[in-house]
Amino acid sequence: MNAIIVDNISKAYGNIQAVSNVSFEVREGELFGLIGPDGAGKTTLFKMLVTLLFPDQGRAVVNRKDIVKDFLQLRTQVGYMPGKFSLYQDLTIEENLDFFATVFGTSIQENYDLIKDIYVQIEPFKTRRAGKLSGGMKQKLALCCALIHKPEVLFLDEPTTGVDAVSRKEFWDMLKSLKQRGLTILVSTPYMDEAGLCDRIALMQGGKILAVDTPQDITKLFQRPLFAVKAAETFRLIQDLRNASFTHSCYAFGEYLHLALEHEITSSDIETYLASHNHRQIDIKRVDPGIEDCFMDLISQTSVPAQS
Amino acid sequence: MKRFLAFVKKEFFHILRDRRTLLILFGLPFVQVLLFGFALSNEIKNANIAILDNDKSLHTQQITARLLSSGYFQVYQNLSSYKEIDQTFRKGVIKMVVVFPTQFSYDYEHGRTAQIQIIADASEQNTAISLTNYASAIIQSYTTSVAGSIAPMYIDVNTRMVFNPELKGAFVFVPGVMTLVLLLVSAMMTSVTIAREKEMGTMEVLFVSPLSQWQIILGKVIPYLALSFVNGCVILILGVFLLELPMNGNLLLLLLETLLFIFLALSIGVFISSLTDSQLVAMFASMVIMLLPTIFLSGFIFPIESMPKGLQVISNVIPAKYFIRIVKNIMIKGIGMKAVALDTLVLAAMALFFIGLSIRNLKTHLA
Repeated sequence: MNAIIVDNISKAYGNIQAVSNVSFEVREGELFGLIGPDGAGKTTLFKMLVTLLFPDQGRAVVNRKDIVKDFLQLRTQVGYMPGKFSLYQDLTIEENLDFFATVFGTSIQENYDLIKDIYVQIEPFKTRRAGKLSGGMKQKLALCCALIHKPEVLFLDEPTTGVDAVSRKEFWDMLKSLKQRGLTILVSTPYMDEAGLCDRIALMQGGKILAVDTPQDITKLFQRPLFAVKAAETFRLIQDLRNASFTHSCYAFGEYLHLALEHEITSSDIETYLASHNHRQIDIKRVDPGIEDCFMDLISQTSVPAQS
Repeated sequence: MKRFLAFVKKEFFHILRDRRTLLILFGLPFVQVLLFGFALSNEIKNANIAILDNDKSLHTQQITARLLSSGYFQVYQNLSSYKEIDQTFRKGVIKMVVVFPTQFSYDYEHGRTAQIQIIADASEQNTAISLTNYASAIIQSYTTSVAGSIAPMYIDVNTRMVFNPELKGAFVFVPGVMTLVLLLVSAMMTSVTIAREKEMGTMEVLFVSPLSQWQIILGKVIPYLALSFVNGCVILILGVFLLELPMNGNLLLLLLETLLFIFLALSIGVFISSLTDSQLVAMFASMVIMLLPTIFLSGFIFPIESMPKGLQVISNVIPAKYFIRIVKNIMIKGIGMKAVALDTLVLAAMALFFIGLSIRNLKTHLA
């Protein structure tokens, strides 16, 4: 059974097509990631699915409720955590939680079990105003508030943006334990490294979905030989590699460049080429493709190639 | 209902925890009433005057005593000839000279028109007008108080002021201040607080909750309705006890009218907030739509009768105009329901109009 069915949905703001002809399905109990850079249309898609926006065309069903026709019923069944911190800054942790519990016709005690693991981490500060919390604590509180009415489907829009690395990891651990309780979770993130933590992911760019699969299978889409290359002069290195006949694409990737090849050659062939262009301190190693490699590859297939 | 109460509770938290809101809510009425009531009033106290009494009779002395005991005037100098008038004025200390001619008592007791000349320093025209008005009113009152015993006395100054014979400034300003504060608190604060929810993104979360739009708006409005009503009462109390405003009419009627006006102001606030998503725009719209027209076109400061025709027509759509008139009618003139019925009806119609517009703009979704 699918918890979310999105069927050919589109939404435009004036002339800007934010989401165009998107279709995908999320299974019940799945932790599904929507991966894409800023402006990919993730937030617009989320707002339609939580009934905040009407789609221009197409339809979507969340938890067996149509997002347009049954929006009132649906609103009590989804938990939504917007990308921007959207709690009352002048209310304390406890007051915020209590407010959302009451508004949804329940109480903190009634569903304490569900939020317990998260809430205990911020409970020592429960009389502190939400505006004075750190980024990580704000996220935890927002998650508690989105969970307090025991939703069937949880929508988290970029929950880890602007949060430190430790809190990010903690946050994903929390999502995993929520998933074990049978909750369906749709989460969006611009961080490719978080994609591997999802059951399945959809890569999104320019309002379109590029691919939907498990993180492992997504990387299998990447067929070309891939090398990580480093040398003393990075800028000249990227220029020379992009001009090489064996190169399919070349992107900066941390301190290394990721070089995808048109056809199989050895690392020593590459080294010879670079040496002939007077590069020093050359370091080349074969690597397995990651999500980001696939993403860059998929983008270059659908739009104008990024290399120039 | 529990949901709704939780919302109202939250709203009170917002108000009580925001120092700026609190300041506007409770500081503003005091400051405004005190400013307009004392500092900015066009009422003049203890103005220096000179007296030239050529008659030196019982009547002139009694009239002088009356002038001085009013609190508006104090004698700077007693003059002995007309020549001195000009000199004294040139010193710039006195604002007014009262001249009794030699024949004053004779004319008065023989039924002729007795004359008193009042010369005022008109370089400050408003002060001059006020002072001459005070003086004529006081002299007039002398006439009426002795009219029973002796034949009527005629004076060349023939001004008659009803309801506010001594033109007390507070009478004019307090209803205006009350109107202004209620408008400001009710309309501006409501529109800003709704816009704030939209700006902060909390409106999104409220939308995706079982709260209906009606509950959200009513939850926003009710705390301000309560606070505005308290404010209105505070202003009334200040006006009556501090500024000695009369309370001649029916208090219950006045309170009901106040509630109606607050309701109207709130509905304007809700309407403004339905047009914009930004606190700044909401604030600005409140200022332009309400504050400035209320100050300038409602008759609060400038009399409507002396406005150009075009502005007089525009003043008809300013809600404050009607409320100020109602308050004056009830408090100062003490007239009842019938006299204010038409103005009340206009206010009610305006309230319905804005509520109707707001309902039309009510949304279940963003955008």
